[in-house]
Parts: sequence; structure tokens; C-alpha cells
Amino acid sequence: MHMTTQTPPPAIELDNLTLGYERHPAVHHLSLTIAPGSLVALVGPNGAGKSTLIKALAGQLRPISGQLRGLSSQRIAWLPQHTELDRSFPIPVRDMVAMGLWHQVGALRRFSASHRAQCDQALAAVGLTGFEERSLDTLSGGQLQRALFARLILQDAPVVLLDEPFAAVDNRTTDDLLALLHRWHAQGKTVVAVLHDVAQVRAHFPLTLLLARERVAWGPTASVLTRAHWAQAQRMQEPFDDDAPLCEAETPAATAAPHDHKHSQGHGHSHSHAHTHTGSHGHAHPSAHATTTAPKATP
Amino acid sequence: MNNSLWPALDAWLMASALFGPFVEFGFMRRALAGCVALSLSAAPVGVFLMLRRMSLTGDAMAHAILPGAAIGYLVAGLSLTAMTIGGIVAGLTVAVGSGLVARNTVLREDASLAAFYLLSLALGVLIVSVRGNSVDLLHVLFGTVLALDDAALTLLGGISAVTLVSLALLYRPLVLECLDPGFLRSVSRWSPVAHYGFLGLLVINLVAGFHALGTLMAVGIMVLPAATARFWVRRMGPLLVTATALALLACFVGLLVSYHADWPTSPVIVLCLGVLYMASLLLAPHGLLRHQRPAASHLRG
Repeated sequence: MHMTTQTPPPAIELDNLTLGYERHPAVHHLSLTIAPGSLVALVGPNGAGKSTLIKALAGQLRPISGQLRGLSSQRIAWLPQHTELDRSFPIPVRDMVAMGLWHQVGALRRFSASHRAQCDQALAAVGLTGFEERSLDTLSGGQLQRALFARLILQDAPVVLLDEPFAAVDNRTTDDLLALLHRWHAQGKTVVAVLHDVAQVRAHFPLTLLLARERVAWGPTASVLTRAHWAQAQRMQEPFDDDAPLCEAETPAATAAPHDHKHSQGHGHSHSHAHTHTGSHGHAHPSAHATTTAPKATP
Repeated sequence: MNNSLWPALDAWLMASALFGPFVEFGFMRRALAGCVALSLSAAPVGVFLMLRRMSLTGDAMAHAILPGAAIGYLVAGLSLTAMTIGGIVAGLTVAVGSGLVARNTVLREDASLAAFYLLSLALGVLIVSVRGNSVDLLHVLFGTVLALDDAALTLLGGISAVTLVSLALLYRPLVLECLDPGFLRSVSRWSPVAHYGFLGLLVINLVAGFHALGTLMAVGIMVLPAATARFWVRRMGPLLVTATALALLACFVGLLVSYHADWPTSPVIVLCLGVLYMASLLLAPHGLLRHQRPAASHLRG
């Protein structure tokens, strides 16, 4: 998996991570390690904190508590659930896609002929050849999503974060884009995608995180997507409780022993204990080595 | 060798209604030079203003610079430097203040800007009414395009040059900030530079505009050419060129009409832009009529 790169990038480590809005946790005490080169599906009910987690991974949301390691040294390509893209902006598709080369051209350098060729290749890769000069507002929803994927191709980042990338996209386009995800996986990129189609997750994603504000299950997809885990995820209380007491783990005394906190939750569903356990500590996982070295390796 | 030709050409130019006033009178040449400088910078700024959906923000900012200019006037009388500095300081204060409030509180950009500019405007009106006289007020509101002195021309030229260079440097971040601000934030730290840099350009162009056309009319030369150009073309480059050309045309025609009809200049220039806007609305490919009517024929695919 790491053959394509000389020095493998660091693993992404979430250490007792709590994310949220106005002190209400949307993601609560999440610890896990994502090995470099993983293809991860992020699933869970509405309001489970999936988008919040993706935003934090993309560096757009500061954690309330806990740590997020291994991402600061890497470039990240991020496709949010609702892009702020203004489709009425008078710009041709190629120029929009070309912004994916920002890491090469920045604000001031010129686009060369080879950059242009790269743009056309990326458009060809998503089946948009012939759309180069079209205005953005003439694209259909699915075509626009393809164009955004072409931009992701050009970003060529080692970490790719996708938030519901296939919502409102037809089957053929979804298949094409999934093939692209597999190619990124083969190139050793880390891909994390928020998805809703369970069959799709089973068919295409080796690893799955089932999130319901807290971690329900994490590991190989088949062992995560069980009926018992789904039932547990559905029990999450969706609205925030305005009168919720302070989370005990946030007080200094309790944060001293975050592992105990996690363990007590893991025991609640004993059949998955093995996965929860290995996941939270990053042992039996391919990332075991990176987990221990990453904090020292990244400045 | 063509000595006999020049007097003839001169005589024709003097006599012609199109060029006569500019050949004959220095103040008309100065007015034209000032308007050219203003058009070259304000029209491109207006295009970005429109694409960022901030056309009305321009109007609000134009009002916001009033107290600065008024305080400058209080301190130093009808002084170009004092009023310019005052205007820029007031404009930047409102721009940065409302930007900070919008980015750090629940208030959106429009509400926070409205709060800041209304306060600023009220302060400006108070200062002008208590301490100024009505002639000064007319200067501030309608500008002095027919009385531009060397210092004012230098200022307009300088602001124009600074604006064009800054726009060239900020072009890509600014386009991306309009097109997909979230993406710009995820790939670089240029987003605030583009945002506040652009607001800075907006403020200095409004100050330039207010010397020439007055606070009320200064926004016209930004917003109207951009909106008119949008009816004709649908790409960034042509938009910038068309908007600038329209602004130059309206300034030229507006100066002539105001000269021949003896009407105040700045409203005439803005009304010329208005005529261009209305004509384009009716005739242009993306205007009212053509846009509404389904095409008579269609293509195979």
C-alpha cells in the first residue's frame, strides 16, 4: 500500500476528540487511528456528527477538547456536503477545475500549457470532455459534481475528505466516481467519505466508522455494519439537551483517565469489544507502527 | 511639413460639438482626465462588487465615508488631503468593523454593515449640518468634477494606478473568493486578504469617486457599468473590458451633455450610464426581451 510513496505519510490520529457547537458535543470523546492509505466510509444516522467530524479533519473546525494529529503536515482535499460554489459566476468549467492546481500555481504564478493539459486530463477522467468551455450554470447537478471531482483530482492531495459525494448523483456517475475513489486508494491516498448507501459501503469500502455522536463501531466494514450496531446507533438522542449537565470527562480529574472512560463504553456491547478495543488503542491495525511514531515524526 | 493641416484640424475640433469643449477649456480636459482615471479603476471594482453580490454594499460604503470627509472638512476646511484621509479612515473603519462583526458573531454581513453605515451616515449628516454650509454640502454630495485641480487629478490617477495593480495581484484569489469561498479557505490563507483587500479598494475608489462625482453618485460609476456589461457578455475578461468601456463612454457623453445643456455634471454622467443600462436591458443578448422569449429555432444536440 505504501509502495507508491517513499516516506509513508503519518496516520490520522483522533485522541479523545470532542467537537461541537455552543458547548454541545456533536462528536463526543472519539479516539481512533486511520492508517495512511485507508479507504474509510463514515456512516451514521442524521445528526450523528459525520459532517462535523469531516469539517474538523479538514481543519475548518477547532476541537472543543482532545487532539487531532497527523493532518497538519499534509495537504487535504475536501469536498463539503454543500459547496459554497456560486454557479452563476461567469467562468468556464475548465477555469473552475483549474483552481485545483492552487498548490502549484498559488495566487500569482501563471498557468502553463502543461497545467492546461492536466486540467483537460482531469476533465476527461470524470467524463466531462467537451465541457471545457461551458459555463458553470449550464451544468446539471451530476455534471457539476463530476467537475468538482475533477478539481479534487488536480488537488492531488494525500488525504481526500468527501461529505456525501454521491447525493443526487445518478448510478452511472456514482460508479465512475467510485472507480476514481478506488484509483486514489490504489495510489496510497487516504480517503474518508460520508455515505448513506449501506450496500455501496459494503461493496467498496474496506473500513467503516459507524458514528452516533460517539463511536459505535470502527474497523473492517463487515464487522461494523451489523444489525446490533445499527440498533445502537439509532438509540442516539438526536436533539441537544439544553439542560444537559457538564460532561464529567471534561473536568480535569476525569481527563486524567480517558481510557477508562472509553472502556466502560466498550463493555456496553460486548460482542464488538474486540474491535472497539483495538480501534481505540491502534494495536492490531496496520497503523500500529505509525501510531506510535507519528507524533514524533510530525513537527 | 503639413503645417497647413494643423490649423484646419484645430479649427474643426474647436467647432465640433464633440471635441470643442475639451479643446477650448482646460477644466473640461481636467474633468475628462479625472473621469478616465476613475472609470479605469471604479468599473473593474464594480464588476467584482456585482459578482460578490455586494452592489448595495457599495452604496452603503459610499454613505459610510461621509463623516470621515466631514471631520476632515471640520479640521482643515475644504482640503483635499484632509477629506481624503478622513474618508478613507471612516470607510475602512466601517468595512473592517462590520467584517469583524459578521465573521465573529451571529449577525450576517448585511445586518452588521447596515448597523455600521447608518451610524456613520447619521454622524456625517450631523457634522455637515451643524458645522458646514449648504454649498459645502453640495460639494460633498455632488462632487466637483468641473473644478479638479492638480492635486485632485494626481489623487485620482494615483488611486486608479494602485487599484489596477492591486486587482492584477489579487485577481485569482478574488475570483476564487467570489466563486467558491469555502474552497479558497481550504487551500490557502488568501481569503481574508482578498476580502479586506477588496474592501480597501472599494473604499479608496469611493473616495476618488466622491471627489469627482460626490458621495451619492460615486457608486453609480461602479455598479451601473458592471450591471450593463453583464447583459452583453458572460466571461470575466470581457466583463471587465466592457464595463470599463461603458464607463468611459458615459463619462465622455455625460461631460458633453452637461456642458452643452448647462446641467450639473455628475447626475448627467450617471444618467448616461442609466441610458446605456436601459438600452442594454432591452436589446442585449442576456437582457429582458431576448431572455424572456424562447428561441425561434433550436439545435439538434
